[in-house]
Amino acid sequence: MALKIIASQCTGCSACEPECPNVAISEKNGTFVIDPKKCTECIGHFDSPQCTAVCPVDDTCVIDTAYPRYQPRI
Amino acid sequence: MHALAGQDGASAGHVVDVGEVMQAIAEHKGCGTTGGSGKASCGSAAGQGDLPTEIWEKVKNHPCYSEEAHHHYARMHVAVAPACNIQCNYCNRKYDCANESRPGVVSEKLTPEQAAKKVLAVASTIPQMTVLGIAGPGDPLANPEKTFRTFDLIAKTAPDIKLCLSTNGLTLPDHVDTIAGFNVDHVTITINMVDPEIGAKIYPWVFWKHKRYTGVEGAKLLTDRQLLGLEMLTERGILCKVNSVMIPGINDKHLVEVNRAVKSRGAFLHNIMPLISAPEHGTVFGLTGQRGPTAQELKALQDSCEGEMNMMRHCRQCRADAVGLLGEDRSAEFTTDKIMAMEVKYDLDTRKAYQEKVEEERVAKVAAKQEELSTLAGAVSDIKLLVAVATRGSGLINEHFGHAKEFQVYELSTAGAKFVGHRRVDLYCQGGYGEEDSLETIIRAINDCHAVFVAKIGGCPKADLKAAGIDPVEDYAHEFIEKSAIAWFKAYLDRVNSGEIEHVARGDAEIRQGALTSAA
Ligand code: SF4
Ligand code: SF4
Ligand code: SF4
Repeated sequence: MALKIIASQCTGCSACEPECPNVAISEKNGTFVIDPKKCTECIGHFDSPQCTAVCPVDDTCVIDTAYPRYQPRI
Repeated sequence: MHALAGQDGASAGHVVDVGEVMQAIAEHKGCGTTGGSGKASCGSAAGQGDLPTEIWEKVKNHPCYSEEAHHHYARMHVAVAPACNIQCNYCNRKYDCANESRPGVVSEKLTPEQAAKKVLAVASTIPQMTVLGIAGPGDPLANPEKTFRTFDLIAKTAPDIKLCLSTNGLTLPDHVDTIAGFNVDHVTITINMVDPEIGAKIYPWVFWKHKRYTGVEGAKLLTDRQLLGLEMLTERGILCKVNSVMIPGINDKHLVEVNRAVKSRGAFLHNIMPLISAPEHGTVFGLTGQRGPTAQELKALQDSCEGEMNMMRHCRQCRADAVGLLGEDRSAEFTTDKIMAMEVKYDLDTRKAYQEKVEEERVAKVAAKQEELSTLAGAVSDIKLLVAVATRGSGLINEHFGHAKEFQVYELSTAGAKFVGHRRVDLYCQGGYGEEDSLETIIRAINDCHAVFVAKIGGCPKADLKAAGIDPVEDYAHEFIEKSAIAWFKAYLDRVNSGEIEHVARGDAEIRQGALTSAA
């Protein structure tokens, strides 16, 4: 139920951090990480994951298959 | 001629002729001489000219806005804004090699607090530091809190420092009031197109209001926002410079249209820069093999826009954390560690006294040039040629040929000496090049020049330059550039007229890739 940031690709530009509606993104050792407990894949907020949309490096903010897809509570 | 006030007439009450304004700034003098665009301007010698006082105050010691000031005053950039909201094909955000530097590239990111301390430290060490810019490495307005917090801190502790910022313009309309509130008096907008079809070839996407827009749709959004932002700024009396990157085959011809569009919206200055693109930069253009323009192509485009508007030709495309005079980078002296350890005392009076001395120098320089120019009066000749100058600033020929990291290029004609650009020759990040190769690089960089003025030059390079058809001139060591160039040109014309030498046109030159930085 979350996205993750591929650390080796992250430039540390911080663009994603303020865009996250759930404040799930923070800096860790120069790159940024997503807290999977907070990330909702932006469902209910926006049409597409904001971190992916703003990230300058393609395929850096991606679905973390270690978690099941996020299920919005209705 | 060109009214600076907003198109719609909603001006702040003063209509300024941009041509005359720039004439006065560039030439910094009085009547009757032809400068950049050949327009004359009357006013007090070596002073404000016809400039309204409020504009003169804004530009007179800003190295980016006044070609003449850039010999004397220094600027610094602080890198507090890492995030960006658009993607450009000439930029690779991932790339930050400590050995390489390009515009917008930095090695150290600063917090606003660190940045403010750095500014104070630099301003206390370099009294001619008058301008603080925030230019990246991303987009300052994509990081509004960090950018404005930095401005706030500096405005409180160092009120005499001018603040400016460079933006891609996407969110500019949202921030115009904040910008005006901070007394930011210069804003640079990078505008590479006004046609979304062309924009789509430069910008793969923009991120706006929680959505990524691609292709023509994204480019349309960007250009609309840029032009709106420009109009809003000029309406508020904030000076705007427009930067454009010249990308041959994509927007080179189109930039004439861009020039017209930004002029009509009140832009103060247009700075057309060559594309910097090499495969090792990892940018889209670098990888597709998109080339940058040659020196001649760049100059031709700048010349063709000049009748329309004032062109900036002294941009060094510096790094987002550059420190020092344009063309020099002292950022290595001011790393975060060093700054945090520094005791900084901000002394406004010392800075003022120093700057007053600089003003005296400027006046003397202009007077010397005027005097020399009068000796050209009556000379008739169609000859127009370029010369290169090795200088460390203050408008003097004061650099050793072998130490020069760049050469300033002046165009000489019976109208006088006109600064038309600079050529970088530092061999930074090329590693392993010997003396021989470096000389070749220099010759390629100034191959379109007839002469090179230096404070001193060794025997070997002298002979090689002569063989390449470039005259090494040492006679004017430590004298004023323009005065010397005019004197040399006069002698050159005499020799041509007497049949002693024949005037032959020179070829094209290469534009060195990469931003200026301190040598390792
Ligand atoms: S997908 Fe949305 S919620 Fe998840 S980290 Fe990215 S921005 Fe935050
Ligand atoms: S936007 Fe992308 S590159 Fe920038 S910090 Fe976030 S994950 Fe890293
Ligand atoms: S990037 Fe260009 S405009 Fe900015 S300080 Fe350097 S020379 Fe001036």
